Order: sequence, then structure tokens, then C-alpha cells
Amino acid sequence: MPVFWLVLILLALSVAGFFLGRQRALASVGGNSKNLHSLPNYYGHNVALSGLVPALGILVIWLLAQPFFIDGRVSGLIPDSVIPESSSRGLVMSDVRRVAEGLDIVVASGGMTPAEVRALDAETTDVRAELGKLGVALGSDVRPEVLNAAQAYRSLSSTGKTAMTFVVALVAALGFAYAYSKTHKDFRARNVVEQGVLGLLIFAASLAILTTVGIVLSMFFETINFFGLHNWTDFFFGATWAPNFRGDSELSILPLIWGTLYISVIALLVAVPIGLFAAIYLSEYANNAVRSFAKPLLEILAGIPTIVYGLFALLTVGPMLVRFFGQGDNGILGVEWMAGATSVLTAGVVMGIMLIPFVSSLSDDIINAVPQAMRDGSLGLGATKSETIRQVVVPAALPGIVGAVLLAASRAIGETMIVVMGAGAIAKFSVNPLESMTTITTRIVSQLTGDTDFASPETLVAFALGLTLFVITLGLNVLALAIVRKYREQYD
Amino acid sequence: MSENTQNTSRYGGSLLKQSDRTRRRNAAEKRFRAYGIGAIGIGLLMLFVLVFNIVSKGTGAFQQTFVTLDVELLESKLDKNGNRDLADIKKVTTFGYSPIIRKAVETKVASLGIETNLKTKAMAGILSKDAAAQLREYVVANPDQIGETVEFRFLAQSRVDGYLKGRVIRANIANDKNISPEQLDLVDALVASGVIVKTFNLDFILGADASDARPEAAGIGVSMMGSLFMMLVVLALALPIGVAASIYLEEFAPQNWLTDIIEVNISNLAAVPSIVFGILGLAVFINYMHLPTSAPLVGGLVLTLMTLPTIIISTRASLKSVPPSIRAAALGVGASKMQSVFHHVLPLAAPGILTGTIIGLAQALGETAPLLLIGMVGFIASNPPSGIAEGLLSPNSAMPAQIFEWAKRADPAFYERAWGGIIILLIFLVTMNTVAVILRRRFERRW
Repeated sequence: MPVFWLVLILLALSVAGFFLGRQRALASVGGNSKNLHSLPNYYGHNVALSGLVPALGILVIWLLAQPFFIDGRVSGLIPDSVIPESSSRGLVMSDVRRVAEGLDIVVASGGMTPAEVRALDAETTDVRAELGKLGVALGSDVRPEVLNAAQAYRSLSSTGKTAMTFVVALVAALGFAYAYSKTHKDFRARNVVEQGVLGLLIFAASLAILTTVGIVLSMFFETINFFGLHNWTDFFFGATWAPNFRGDSELSILPLIWGTLYISVIALLVAVPIGLFAAIYLSEYANNAVRSFAKPLLEILAGIPTIVYGLFALLTVGPMLVRFFGQGDNGILGVEWMAGATSVLTAGVVMGIMLIPFVSSLSDDIINAVPQAMRDGSLGLGATKSETIRQVVVPAALPGIVGAVLLAASRAIGETMIVVMGAGAIAKFSVNPLESMTTITTRIVSQLTGDTDFASPETLVAFALGLTLFVITLGLNVLALAIVRKYREQYD
Repeated sequence: MSENTQNTSRYGGSLLKQSDRTRRRNAAEKRFRAYGIGAIGIGLLMLFVLVFNIVSKGTGAFQQTFVTLDVELLESKLDKNGNRDLADIKKVTTFGYSPIIRKAVETKVASLGIETNLKTKAMAGILSKDAAAQLREYVVANPDQIGETVEFRFLAQSRVDGYLKGRVIRANIANDKNISPEQLDLVDALVASGVIVKTFNLDFILGADASDARPEAAGIGVSMMGSLFMMLVVLALALPIGVAASIYLEEFAPQNWLTDIIEVNISNLAAVPSIVFGILGLAVFINYMHLPTSAPLVGGLVLTLMTLPTIIISTRASLKSVPPSIRAAALGVGASKMQSVFHHVLPLAAPGILTGTIIGLAQALGETAPLLLIGMVGFIASNPPSGIAEGLLSPNSAMPAQIFEWAKRADPAFYERAWGGIIILLIFLVTMNTVAVILRRRFERRW
């Protein structure tokens, strides 16, 4: 792992730079640190950081940019004639990468010398069999063009790695040398170091922007690829979700949105009444003892990982519902309405349980923010406590509560594990809550797990689904936060 | 005067007697209260049901059924040349060990005087398919024991285990080709004579996952290592970046459009569904940067991005709670702004930052959805990683992903493992949260 060692060497260099810089600064005033502009440590930090930061920065940028350049160069080497009709350049490229990796493994394990690998010729030898003998399995036979491209890939990436090590080391050395030469008693080391640290802080804060940009771009480009392969009207307005591998898949988001919304509505029907009444009771009626006992316990429900709820839905709630609504005469109700454990109701109820603390703690905050004077006024006019709550407190808190419900809805729509395990895999429009239906998140998981081919619309549709999900949840959140904020200002 | 009489007649004569309307209003009050108590009751009941369900279904995974046998390691079968050459011994596959195990079972049954009309093969069928591999491993490690008789503790197969735990009952095994009533008779007899015992199963906690056919051998240990390495990555990246970002936003950032954008971004990222981070990880780290699929490093990077907003929000809250007088005093004695923050504000905010970080890590530990997309399910990591580099880069699973994997499998014996895995996961989460609460109680300063 050369990058690891490179980083270690950089760190060691910067530690050495720290002591050298500090020493030089002290030497420039004959050991009397009072005559320095800054504390001696700042001179050390200056030397250490001037080498380390630019070198690490270049290292990261290089690592990000190298695959891009190499892919561009190598895929130019593959003639169009090699690409099979059903396949694409991207697939051939992944073949190339696999072969290159296989060759690397063979060299690393000592099965072949680098010279032998370079001398391989796919025209005369069966490369797949050769590598197979040495314990490296390849998925398909290696064509000469692919082998050539793979050889080019290997040589380019090894050149890239050498060049990277060289450039990074050079930058680090130049940085150290420059900062070391500037170290003098009149040098304003503290100001320079503080500017540098401030720059690092700003960079850390901007990572949030980078992440968002990364999320949007990564999904956006693949979505564009998807719409290049698949008709967008079918995606947005079609009526069927039926992926297949014959090339005529119907990939419409509408049945998925229906399933998602249906499950979310059931979840909210469970969570909102329970959560709201719990919040009202805790903030208006409960004494301190009950409050300090019940509130943390309810919040435990929010801290339980979703995989636990998923398992609960799949193995407990689902079979229980089947015992009620399925199994015909052997069941409790003697009806045969439910075929399997996965259903809209299963996922909805369990998701509702998960959302109870979410709704209750948000509404609790909001109800507490209603000024006491409003309650006192209502009670003073002779209203009972429940009348005060129903007619004064809740209407006053309503915008905030709506915001909380919207946040809960956005949670429900984006929730994955519960629906993957509890909702089923059949995309359809149905109003029967005992049937299994599927959601956007479930389909994302199933389209992107297992053997995926990033050139087929069946895989790429997951990115379009992800982007839609991102836009929906983002919209709901922005709306909810705007409502909550507006409401808070009202009473502040 | 006339108004007064009207009022009296409308509300009834006496103050001591409640009118209908008052009664209705009081009843409504009581009902409303009852709704509230009911709601809290339902919430707590659900928590209780969930915990009870987990504990009652999961504790079984910590116990396993073992069969103790004296196995004669026949030289004629295991080392035909008799020269104890390791290469020769290794040539004997696990199939070569099966007859030895069958013989051992037969001898045991005969020596105990148990009557059964089962064939030897069916008798040995009560053992796990893992037994031959276990035996072979032992022989390869101790070739000098060939020819001796050694006592072994083999795993019983999962149906036998289920029978002892009450999961498999005689009425339901008619169509089960893995177990027969005669075999269960044999098991009953062996249990009575103490050959088959159910004891604590450390391998579940420390061991590796096993294939579909051997639920009795599956353990969560290796995926625990995967989770551990992911958490190391999250800690190493999310803590410094999160703290640096919070310091900038809380202490230095001017009020301008850039700061606004950053703040909006952070609050939105906190609400982005976790699966979207999985898509990001797949597209950027695996498809673009070609980092290895299923590697804990990639999982850690994805979880870092997911945890950052949580850590930033809690760090900012604890920086905010340090009173301005501290900063003013530091600036007053000549510290620079940077020195006042790093030398005074940050140490005072450290307990709060630590608490927030632990809670963020706990959240990341239980997260499953993004891990599905970067390929941390669907294969069996059979060996624990041997070093840091391998731990970060070689394919592994993670605890929640392993639980999901077990829940997907067809054999119900894996469900018990899944619940057991959840118990272990929850023990980790509860410990982390308790540590966070204790830290907060112990070090939090009220100004």
C-alpha cells in the first residue's frame, strides 16, 4: 500500500520539519525567545504545515484525477470493432480493469515475473487459462485488444503512481525548504500559521457543500445516461414496473410512488395520533416523575437501528398479521385475505412505531414553546384543561405540528430497511393494505445489489429513483423547516 | 332579575349538584387524559414487546448443541504411507474423514447400548456438516495424534439443535429430509446419557459466518471486525473534520452567503435518507475511484459522510454553550482569536463534543441501508482480517449487514442467529450511549 507509506513519510517529514524550524528560529535570536515575533512553536508549525498541507492536497487530487485520465487514455485504445453489440465501452473497460488487476495479482504473488507478464500475447496463448493456473480467475476469455488495453492500463497506472510519489515528495520538500528559509526572528509565523489553519477550517466546513454536490452529480449523470437508454415519459408517466433482461423493461416510477406513499400514510396514521397525544400528555399533564421516566423510554424507540425494526416486521409482525388475516379456517379471524407475511400493513405499522418518538419529541418542543399566558388566559375564562389544549394550545402549535408531521413523512419515505424486509417486491396499484407492494427505496436496493451492469437501464434506473427520492425528501424538509421556523418567530 | 332566574333554571338549582353540561365537560376532560395515557402506554408497550421479542428469540443463539465423541484417528485412512508427511495428510479431503466420524458415532451408540435401527450414515447425520472439517483441521495441526483416540466436541446439526431448543417439533418434520423421527429418538437417548449437551456457544460471538447448509456454525465475530474497522475510519475522519467545520461556523464564519449555503447544506444533509449516501458511495468510491467493493474502508467513508452532520450539529451546540466571557478573557490577556478558541474554548467544549461523537458513532454502527449498496452483503467472510490494511481493504461484512443476510436466508435456524446478532448489536449501542450519558453527567459544566 504505497499511498499509506507515502502519507507516513510525509508525517515523519513534517515532525522533523517542526523541530528544525523551531530550532532555526531560536538560533536566529541566540536562544532568547523573547526576541522572536511569535512563540517558537509557531515557527515549527509553519515549517511542518507548509510542506504537509500542499503535499497531502496534491496527493488527494491526484488520486481522484488519475482514474479519470487513465480511463480516458485506455478506452481510446479500444477499437469500436471489439465492442460487442449488446455491450458498451464501459463494460469492455471493466473487463480491461479486471484483466489488469489479475495481472497485478499474479506479479504480486510471484507467479510470473513482470517481464513475463509484459511478454504475454493473447493471440498465441490462452491468458485466461494461464492466469487460472496461477490462481487468478477471470470471468471471460481475454481478447488481444483487451489484453493490450490492460497492459497499457498497467503501465499507465504504474507510471502514474511513480509520478505521483515524485511530485508529492517534491512539493513537500519545496514547501519545507521555502518555509525553513523564511524562518527568521522577524518572520510573522503566528499570523501565517493562523491564516493557514483558518483555511483548513474553511475547507472542512465546505466539505458539506462538496458532499451535496457529490450526491447530486453522481446521481444526475447516471440519470442522464438512463434517460439516454430509456424513454423518460415511460419513467414518469408509465403504469408498470417490470424490469427484465430482454431489453424491453417497463420502468415506471408511479407504482413505486404509490407503494411508498401508501406505506408512509399508514405509518403516519399510527405515529401521529400516538405521538401527538403522548406529547400533549407529557407536556401538559404529566408530573416530573412520569416525564423523566416516560420520555427517555419513548426516545429509546428512536435510537433502535432500523434493521431491528425490519427484522421485527419480517419475523414477528408479518406472521402475526397472517395469523389474523390469513390461513383461512386455521387463522384467528377465519379469513384468507393475506397471502404472505410481507404487506403494506406490516411495513406501515412497524414504521409507525419507529416514528412515534420522532413525532412526540418534535411536537413536545413545539407545544412547550406556546406561551404560558395563552393557557392562563383560557383557564382563567373557565375552560377545562382539555378544552384549553384543544382550542388554544394545539391551534397555536398547529403550524409547528404540521412541520413535525412533514419531517416524519420525509423520514418514512426515505426509510429503507423496514420496507426492504417488510413490504415485499411486487409493484402494483392496489388499495388492499394486506397485499405486498414495493417502494422506491426497495427498488433502489434490489436494482443495485448483486451483479450489476452499469450500462443497462435496469441498473441505471436506480439512480433516477435515487434522485427522485432525494428531491422529494429535500422538498419536504425544506418546507417543514420553513414552517417550523416561521412559527417559532411568531412567539419569540 | 328575570335574567337571574333564567340562569338558575338553565344551570340547575344548586352549586353542589353538577349540571349535565359540567358532567359532560368533566367526562371529556377525563377521556382526553385517558387518550394521552393510552398513547404513552401504547408507545411503552411497543418498546416492551420489541425488547421482549428480541430477548426471547435471540438468547437461543448463545447456546448450541454439541455432541461429544471419541474419535479413533485411523492411520489407514488418514496417512496411508505412515510417514506423517504433512503434504500427504493434507491430500485427504473432508470426505475422507466422514467414515471415521461415522465409525465414532456407531461405537458410541453401541457402547451405550442404545437400540436403533438407523443406518450408520443416518446416525452420523445428527452431526453438523462442519464436523469433518473440524476433524481435518485438528489432524492437519496435530499429525502426531494419528493412530490415537481423541475426544472431540462436534456441533450437532441445526435440526437437532432446534429440537433441543423447541424450534423443531416431531409433528412438523414429516417432510423434512434433514431429520427423521428415528434420529430424534437417538438424540433423546444420547441426551439422556449426556453425550449431547446444550452449552454456551462462544463461536457465535467470535466466529465467522457459515454457508446456507450449516446454520449451526455461523457466528458474528468476523462481521464485528468489519464494523470495528468502519468505526475506526469514521472516527478518524468524521471527528477532526466535524470539529474543524464546527469551529469555523461557530467562531470564525462571517455572516455571508457562503456561510448560509454551508449551514443550509448541513441541515439538509442531516435529513437525507441514508440510502442516498449509499448511492453516492457506489457511484463515487466504487465506480469512479475503483476502491474495492465490500471493503470496510468504503463503508467507513460512506458512514463518515452520513455522520458528519450529526457531529457538526452537536459540536456547534457544545461550542455555543461555552460562555463568551471565556473568549473575552483570553482575548483580554493578549491571545489571538485562534489561540482563544484552541487553547480555551475547545478544551471546555470537549466533553460535549465527545458525547456527540459517540452518539454519532452509535448511529453509524446500526446503519444498514448504505452498506447494502456498496456490497457488504451476500458473501461469506470466513476469516478474520490479519492486519490493519487487510481489515480496511479486504471484503468483509458488518454487524447489521450480517443480520440482514441471515434474515434473508431460507432456513429458520438463521433467524435465531439474526435475533442473537441484534442482541449483540444492541449491547454495543446501549454501552456507547451509556458512556455518552455518563460523560455528559460527569464532565458537563453549567455556566
